[in-house]
Amino acid sequence: MIAESGHYALVLALALALIQSIVPIIGARWRDAALMNVARSTALAQLLFVAASFAALVTLHVTSDFSVANVYENSHSLKPLLYKITGVWGNHEGSMLLWVSILALFGGLVAAFGNNLPLSLRAHVLAVQGWVASAFYLFILITSNPFLRIANPPLEGRDLNPVLQDIGLAVHPPMLYLGYVGFSISFSFAVAALLEGRIDAAWARWVRPWTLMAWIFLTLGIAMGSYWAYYELGWGGWWFWDPVENASLMPWLAGTALLHSALVMEKRNALKVWTVLLSILTFSLSLLGTFLVRSGVLTSVHAFATDPTRGVFILLILFVFIGGSLSLYAWRAPALKQGGLFAPISREGALVLNNLLLTTACATVFIGTLYPLALEVLTGEKISVGAPFFNFTFAPLFVPLLLAVPFGPLLAWKRGDLLGAAQRLMVAGIAALVAMAVVFAWTYGGATLAPLAIALAVFVIIGALCDLAERIALFRIPLSLSLRRARGLPRATWGTAFAHAGLGVALIGIVCETTWNTEYIGTMKPDDVARVAGYELRLDGLNPRQGPNFREMVAQFTVTRDGERVSAMTPSKRNFTTRGASTTEAALLTRGASQLYISLGDTAADGAIAVRIYHKPLVLMIWWGPVLMAFGGLLSLSDRRLRVGAPKPAKAAARALQAAE
Amino acid sequence: MTLWFVFALMTVAATFAVLWPLSRRGRADTGGSEVVVYRDQLAEIDRDMASGIIGAAEADAARIEISRRLLAAADQSGRETPVQGSLTLRRGAAVVALVGLPVIASGFYLALGSPRLGDFPLAERSKVADANQPLANLVAQVEAHLEKNPTDGRGWTVLAPVLSRLGRYDDAVRAYRNAITYAGETADRRADLGEALMGTAGGVVTADAKSEFERSVALNGDDAKANYFLGLAAEQDGRKADAAALWQKMLAKGPSDAPWRPLVQAALVRVGGSAPGGASAPALPDGAVAAAKDMSEADRGTMIKGMVDRLATRLKTNGDDVEGWLRLVRAYLVMGERDKAMSARADARQAVANDADRLRQLNEGLKNLGLDG
Repeated sequence: MIAESGHYALVLALALALIQSIVPIIGARWRDAALMNVARSTALAQLLFVAASFAALVTLHVTSDFSVANVYENSHSLKPLLYKITGVWGNHEGSMLLWVSILALFGGLVAAFGNNLPLSLRAHVLAVQGWVASAFYLFILITSNPFLRIANPPLEGRDLNPVLQDIGLAVHPPMLYLGYVGFSISFSFAVAALLEGRIDAAWARWVRPWTLMAWIFLTLGIAMGSYWAYYELGWGGWWFWDPVENASLMPWLAGTALLHSALVMEKRNALKVWTVLLSILTFSLSLLGTFLVRSGVLTSVHAFATDPTRGVFILLILFVFIGGSLSLYAWRAPALKQGGLFAPISREGALVLNNLLLTTACATVFIGTLYPLALEVLTGEKISVGAPFFNFTFAPLFVPLLLAVPFGPLLAWKRGDLLGAAQRLMVAGIAALVAMAVVFAWTYGGATLAPLAIALAVFVIIGALCDLAERIALFRIPLSLSLRRARGLPRATWGTAFAHAGLGVALIGIVCETTWNTEYIGTMKPDDVARVAGYELRLDGLNPRQGPNFREMVAQFTVTRDGERVSAMTPSKRNFTTRGASTTEAALLTRGASQLYISLGDTAADGAIAVRIYHKPLVLMIWWGPVLMAFGGLLSLSDRRLRVGAPKPAKAAARALQAAE
Repeated sequence: MTLWFVFALMTVAATFAVLWPLSRRGRADTGGSEVVVYRDQLAEIDRDMASGIIGAAEADAARIEISRRLLAAADQSGRETPVQGSLTLRRGAAVVALVGLPVIASGFYLALGSPRLGDFPLAERSKVADANQPLANLVAQVEAHLEKNPTDGRGWTVLAPVLSRLGRYDDAVRAYRNAITYAGETADRRADLGEALMGTAGGVVTADAKSEFERSVALNGDDAKANYFLGLAAEQDGRKADAAALWQKMLAKGPSDAPWRPLVQAALVRVGGSAPGGASAPALPDGAVAAAKDMSEADRGTMIKGMVDRLATRLKTNGDDVEGWLRLVRAYLVMGERDKAMSARADARQAVANDADRLRQLNEGLKNLGLDG
């Protein structure tokens, strides 16, 4: 009964979503409050039903009901409880159900907390949410139904792909989806604005916190996915420019741009039309990411061609929503009211520069990801666009962006003073030069670009701190007064500083890991010693062990440095009988921000085992950076002040002003 | 019946969600408007100034900016048509909710759902191990048990012959090995392991299988299965005299009512030997012996040839299967067709040439077969 009730709840959610897509629009057209209010109650009811459906699927997985095809294919009665639950979204059908559940959650949040929105705007926004939801409910029910049954249920399931039986994968997809789907709110607001033909102040007020929330989740989701790949896939890499990763990076880049342009819109009422476009693009890229990952087009264009139902369906959704919203934009955007004016050298100008660079970076990733696919479809030729392409196109775009980051917050709204900002950044510049000299001297004869990159990172970090110091007038007024000022600073300002500093922190990690990574690859027998970066690793022995649904071979390493015992490390290789698959469990030893990393290879006939040992200096900073960024975002999100950006009263004659758009 | 009742309740709840806002009087509730937002912002500035976050000059500038927007917004909202209610529209929407919603929901559900299937949580199912369960399910249960208790020798002993009979020889080999490890070595188990190994090699007594039979015989010289298969090994190696000698010894020593007698006798006839002490063996009329001989020869010949041909065709289309190639070469060798074996060897090498791993595996296998890699 649980399975069938869950199925029926999903069907009801579809029916409610369909009503939510149509009735409020009619209500808004004829200005009928009751009809417009239908949007709210249906959105809440839809959330209730889809949540019930999701809960039903979780229950089925937990009780190992193998009469449900989805459970049979992806679960196993011996799996630990945690992975029984996370296995729900470890497969295609379940993850799509999670996707729509989160979509319904966001719709429900708008319905529940949207009291201060104009009625017709709320009706439009929820109707657009209803369109997206209906499309995905149909997709799930028709092509990827998680509630299909098996009449003669088998007694044991086929188990979840062992690589996915990991705590990292338990949290990563929900985070990522909260990010992807969170952008649907700004999309719905943008489309609603286009439908209404005007952009409310309320829209400006709403879009920034929602975008920020989605952005925080996406940032954490990407960082988590990267860390998972680093420790679970066993080759010590943390970013592969893989299409799946790019699929999440593109919405992030566009979302970051959107975040900043939403800021301009909220504070200065400018860049409105551009923000609308960015909202549409960001969510379109999220949909594209979903398509790339979920249609199977990535595993092989041919696999996609042999079973095209799913792919074609998502492609259709993609065309309707992206094509539809962009056409609507082309049609209605000229009618929208233009925003305020500002000079090129101003906070707004800096944010426009940020937007230009971010969207260009996003476009290069887009081309690098889709060009090989398009080429394969058209000519059958297989090419791979890998790290070199992205390093050559992405890096040159990010260097000017990072150089500009510290300047932005120091410029005033409407018209800024570049020279003044540069003077205030003097400290950061000096710190960067010192850092460069120190790194250069230390690694004399090594990589030439690395010290420059470190200098850039230091510039970004100190620059972010300079902004704070400037605002609290550090060292210019008594310290106690500065501290009082620091407490009084808006949390958004702290958030900006943290997020920008996070960028620099991540950059330091990336540079150090890629430049000064040392490794040892070879075969070891018990009592052999490997020496890596001043550490001595002794293989004490290999022991087999029985896990709940796997057998593993555990290698015991003793790590010593200068004769002193540091710690023990136990990498292992797991064998999962049901799927006949094996995974490597790398052992990580954290020393400050650096890590030692051991992963096991195959065992040779003479009892020797292949090992890869890496020493990765400051590698953890790669993930501390995004965490810092997300923390900054959280601070900024908690700042619920109403914002209005006013120029400092002009002392000199106002400079020539330019139109915002 | 309960299921339909639950469905009905859910449908009513969903319909209610649509009808509820329609039933309410259209209050003059227009939600927030721009004017409200700007008023909030003005109040905010006063608060900020009071707490000293912004200076007086900045506050003034911001106030002017907001007031400008406020005026524009007030202008705009004055021109908007007021919210009204239309009874016809509401009735229409109510009809959609009352009719459309159940129709859409039941339409989709009846097409996709399986309302007659109840739940099958595993905990309840494993309690009743009914006799009707397919064998595969029982095997899965035992396997699951052994996965958790891999040292249960008795379990492995029970499971192994079943796996062997199901044709899962690779698993059977593992099960027998575990049975020997955890339940102790016996001549029977060694012989059974040898037989399972033969199963993985498509009926050929490989070197591994032969060594298991030899161990079995070392434990118990009279083990019928091991002796028979050792004879078969000799036959497959072309040492028919050795085979005949072995089988003759078996028939001479074994009890007269042993169930394997007819089999061994037939095998003996095949290699051209004669049963010892013709009188003690159940005498078969000449004609019958001849018939058995003819039949088994023909049967065996066609059967093996058919199997080998099938294997050869399969490998032509899918050359990746190293084990398959080795089995084919072995089969040709057993059938005495050395030329074909050599050409199969050449084909195999060609088929896996661009995969170093498989090539190495192939060469090792060929070396074991005596065809030097």
